[in-house]
Amino acid sequence: MGLFASRKTRIVDTDILIIGGGFGGCGAAYESRYWGRGLRITLVEKANIERSGAVAHGLSAINCYMGMRWGENQPEDFVRYARGDLMGLVREDLIYDIARHVDGTVHLFEEWGLPIMTHPETGHYLREGKWQVMIHGESYKPIVAEAARKSVDAVYNRIMVTHLLLDATHPNRVAGAVGFNVRDGSFHVFRAKAVIVAAGGASHIFKPRSVGEGMGRTWYAPWSSASAYGLVLHAGARMIQMENRIVLARFKDGYGPVGAWFLLLKALATNAYGERFEAAMLDEMKSLVGKYAETAPLPTCLRNHAVLQELKAGKGPIYMHTQDAIDTREKEAIGWEDFLDMTVGQAVVWASQNIDPKEKPSELITSEPYVMGSHATCSGAWASGPEDVAPADYHWGYNRMTTVEGLFGAGDTIGGSAHKFSSGSFTEGRIAGKAAVRYVMDLAGTRPQVDDTQVKMLRDEIFKPLENHAIGRHEIVAGCVAPSYISPLHGLQRLEKIMDEYVGGISTQYLTSEPMLSRGLELLTLLKEDLDHIGADSLHQLQRAWELKHRVWTSEAVLRHTLYRQETRWPGYYYRGDFPKLDDAEWHVFTASRYDARSGTWQMSKLPVHHIVA
Amino acid sequence: MPTFTYMTRCDGCGECVDICPSDIMHIDTVYRRSYNIEPNFCWECYSCVKACPQHAIDVRGYADFAPLGHSVRVLREEASGTISWKIRYRDGREKLFTFPIRTTPWGSIKPPSAYAAPDAAALNTPLLAHEPEVLRVPALPTLRAQAEAG
Repeated sequence: MGLFASRKTRIVDTDILIIGGGFGGCGAAYESRYWGRGLRITLVEKANIERSGAVAHGLSAINCYMGMRWGENQPEDFVRYARGDLMGLVREDLIYDIARHVDGTVHLFEEWGLPIMTHPETGHYLREGKWQVMIHGESYKPIVAEAARKSVDAVYNRIMVTHLLLDATHPNRVAGAVGFNVRDGSFHVFRAKAVIVAAGGASHIFKPRSVGEGMGRTWYAPWSSASAYGLVLHAGARMIQMENRIVLARFKDGYGPVGAWFLLLKALATNAYGERFEAAMLDEMKSLVGKYAETAPLPTCLRNHAVLQELKAGKGPIYMHTQDAIDTREKEAIGWEDFLDMTVGQAVVWASQNIDPKEKPSELITSEPYVMGSHATCSGAWASGPEDVAPADYHWGYNRMTTVEGLFGAGDTIGGSAHKFSSGSFTEGRIAGKAAVRYVMDLAGTRPQVDDTQVKMLRDEIFKPLENHAIGRHEIVAGCVAPSYISPLHGLQRLEKIMDEYVGGISTQYLTSEPMLSRGLELLTLLKEDLDHIGADSLHQLQRAWELKHRVWTSEAVLRHTLYRQETRWPGYYYRGDFPKLDDAEWHVFTASRYDARSGTWQMSKLPVHHIVA
Repeated sequence: MPTFTYMTRCDGCGECVDICPSDIMHIDTVYRRSYNIEPNFCWECYSCVKACPQHAIDVRGYADFAPLGHSVRVLREEASGTISWKIRYRDGREKLFTFPIRTTPWGSIKPPSAYAAPDAAALNTPLLAHEPEVLRVPALPTLRAQAEAG
């Protein structure tokens, strides 16, 4: 590329490369160092690991803790809970594996200095609900980042990884990754024996409810740019359950968390007329999903469904009655800390709208959809399970290795394993970290080979948006409207509109169908072509351009999986209007896809759901 | 609620640029002070507000749903291990809260390499670092794989 030929290239050789320094990546860093004392371990992050990932802001609770030492829960109990919440379709081996290790992770966090609240009488961790423990979690991420920094040989902050590299000599084996430094624009080539993708899930693939400035206040972080999926699916890894997007019922606009209010403070939600409505809808839910409507606790999607039905009946707004829950100063502080630790914006909404939660209720709303693998949803890569637990067809040698050799995942990356949250994502990172060490040891001397021609082609592709802008802007006087390129934001807004209108976003009340999806795919295909014409006027915009590409690649998977599953498995997350009911006879399976980057083709298939916990 | 920087307080140190998870705090080339280049990608996470040594960064609620006249200010003190909040309502009411953030000194975490190296054979077991002791139960639970067909 002529315009930017002087750009510097930096080559980094490492044994293990960890992509993404959120909770999954920090867990991978810690554990891979524990087992791989002599190995070179490198962590690369597009922001600064001190405050990056979904927990950058902080958290007010740890949502995955068994409490085995006090006999509170066993891993099997957690599998049953996650399976019920996801309407039967989860990788029980992966969930069991996280559940049996997660207490150790939380105990480490406490030892490192995370303040965990305790019960005044028992001395046990203070439970928010059955699985959650309350924390003073403003510094949750800086504490965990300190442990990660002390574990690895090097942290590369402000590197946007754009592609994984495959081995030139051995098909379907990972060889590293490439990206660029967002500050100085240098091109980075990481050559690695094993790669652990611990990047983020997807916000901003569906149009958010807020407009203008408020579009930043999505429920999941705006920097969760679907790299967890974009990177691995583009390398040919098999993906599952990409249709399993999540919708959250949260405080309106601020998207403040509701867990502490519902579970700890026992606040109630009603319609505008003060009526509770969930129980009255049980028969209607049974007509849609059969026995799954009897799951206790009621699955997250069905709780959303009840809210949606109530709103459609004109009985909104839905209110959380915070005023009935706060009767002491201590409870008031817990309620406020819930936001100040993790969603300060909700406190701003209250202050700006003169809402004192002690005095009046607050509106709840269902959010725009998100795609992720760590909350009450489980999109992601198909991964090998733990050898002592996984059924034979769920296991191919190394725990949390994807279908690409040497390519591991953790957190949002790994599919089928819902309800990981922060502690479970860190735990999954630990599991992947140890497995990656084992893989590297077994690999012995045969280092993967990077194809220099491929790297040169990627280098040109990565910086092309800068060139598009540098050339195209001379056609126009000024401004952001040009005939030959669109900005990353233009592309993002087109993506969000397509996904919203055709794939089950807020504007259709989460409804879609085969004809809608087919039309959406036509429009998405045109957008994919336009991705070659994104114009970036700065390195910051170049980062936005690549975030957009990861989002678009991921969105195509979401659309194709949604099209493939001919049922409505999770009413309240999305509805197939042409297949309005749950269909266990045909669809008690995982939907799977494999993308071939060379031919641009997708292969869809079904994979079996094995129940290993009674 | 996007961030903004007060002209008279910012000294252009760049701490906010360094910490912002969204890469939206940049230094203005004319004034040599920071500003939010992309308010619609601000998550109001307050990372920059907390990191600013001059307390020069504040937040004005998102224009599309937050009426004017509010303020949520914060003081994060690593030495004392606390964070303090002052919330001022549009109608003038105020609320103050202080919470702990850490129970140990910053920098005190023991790195994994400071522990005795594990036995090589343990690499082939399901045990993670410090297990089973760190679980505070006698042994790591396991489950015999009993897959049902299909």
